Amino acid sequence: MEKALYTIISNELIADKTYRMRLAGPTGSLKRAGQFVNVAVDGFFLRRPLAAQEWDPESLAVIYKVVGQGTEVMSGMQPGQGLELLCGLGNGFDAGACRHSALIACGGLGASPVFSLAKELIDAGKKVCVVMGFNTAADAVLVDEFKAMGAEVHVATLDGSLGVKGFVTDAIKAAQPQFDYFYTCGPAPMMKAVCTSLEGPGEASLEERMGCGCGICYGCTCHTNSGAKRVCADGPVFKKEDIIW
Amino acid sequence: MVTAVDLCGVRLANPVIPASGTFGFGIEMAGEYDLNVLGGISLKGSTREPRFGNECPRIAETPDGMLNSVGLQNPGIDALLNEKIPALRKVYSGVVIANISGFSLEDYVYCCSLADKCKDIDILEVNVSCPNVHGGGMAFGTSACAAAEITAAVKAVCTKPVFVKLSPNVTDIVSIAKACEEAGADGLTLVNTLLGMRIDINRRVPILANRYGGFSGRAIFPVALRMVNQVARACSIPIMGCGGVSSASDVIEMMMAGATAVQVGAENLRNPFASKEIVEELPKIMQKLGIEDINEIIGVV
Repeated sequence: MEKALYTIISNELIADKTYRMRLAGPTGSLKRAGQFVNVAVDGFFLRRPLAAQEWDPESLAVIYKVVGQGTEVMSGMQPGQGLELLCGLGNGFDAGACRHSALIACGGLGASPVFSLAKELIDAGKKVCVVMGFNTAADAVLVDEFKAMGAEVHVATLDGSLGVKGFVTDAIKAAQPQFDYFYTCGPAPMMKAVCTSLEGPGEASLEERMGCGCGICYGCTCHTNSGAKRVCADGPVFKKEDIIW
Repeated sequence: MVTAVDLCGVRLANPVIPASGTFGFGIEMAGEYDLNVLGGISLKGSTREPRFGNECPRIAETPDGMLNSVGLQNPGIDALLNEKIPALRKVYSGVVIANISGFSLEDYVYCCSLADKCKDIDILEVNVSCPNVHGGGMAFGTSACAAAEITAAVKAVCTKPVFVKLSPNVTDIVSIAKACEEAGADGLTLVNTLLGMRIDINRRVPILANRYGGFSGRAIFPVALRMVNQVARACSIPIMGCGGVSSASDVIEMMMAGATAVQVGAENLRNPFASKEIVEELPKIMQKLGIEDINEIIGVV
């Protein structure tokens, strides 16, 4: 975990009420895809936990949707402004668990934390199929970026405005991807459907209202088959067999 | 410059202590900085049996503060004594405060007598003020009679300093504090969280699954300060001041109000390095205020 002041490089609208913020600052504490940062927004007591979508040695990107007052303030921030982050939080995905080919099933902004995972897997010579679900075409993010990195991409929208009409699980059924390990991130009902419908091993990135984001307050503890676990510090990624839906 | 303070014969290198429930069992932060800079650490509240606590969501934000309804998640007194504290002692030689909670007089006596025998614990903090458990915790701390009864029973089996941590959710904190003092308490921790609530107005439900939770953070500082001052003027045992402390100047203010040591709580959640930063800032503000020995200011107001 590292606390530092970052400088906003850009803060652009990339989908309906959805922004990508690029921040310049130290990223050495980010070790695995699926880890997150905790953003201090002036005027708000607690930080906003956001997944690191991608990073290089000098900068990182987060994607967020305006869902409340804190993210509303963030959406108005300008390049050059400073923002204090706690960086390198959470365990992240286990890319090594996939031997040859991976299925990545994501819903909504769940596409963000799995983005670096897909890149890491492809860079390691593994085959990656990404099945993405959104409510509607206007919500879709990162579809072209996943395609550009060489992943096989399938999209489902609830209203049929982009890709297959229906849920992520419908798109998975239609695509019949071959994989030896799956990863999922998105709304809990979606991840539950993915984890319970797919044979074989996999892991999911859970979400909970957090206090500290770094494991000291025990505010986000969930029940698992291996006992009580803090989503922020023991997770957010848990093996399928550990998760109690 | 002197920053060391004394709590019933236990010397703290400085008065800054992460408050129970906001710093885990210390070991969670051991990889982040040298914990030995801290005056002491008050460990997460522990009970006789392991507890999961309440269901999530158990965190909600408020203006300048937060609510929690964690509900004393802990691995139980045996794991505290046999696993958590030995692990902490490998990296930390400062003052260890064990925070004990319970659901009956017997629970408190059982846990405190075990904790008292543990050589790695310096001070016992008896939590009769947790607002998030049913049939225990705060139920004992909102009645002078019950708080005194627990204090006396715990004191009868303990040789170490016993601090009783009181709830602010009472009409007269002074009468409860005095009852604890008369029952033999060596000191008091003031205050635990205020009972609060937030509602999700879109879904028309409480944000916390437990409906209500403990309100903490900067917003409660004036309330905590007032209670510390009222009790300090009425009692003669030392006080650990707690509630909304977020800076070294708040530490000074708490001590001027009457606290001998100061606990930092919710601020650790927004900034896990807060306690360390406050320790570092303290000598600078002392210098600015012309304070040579921090003990000079205890209870001057």
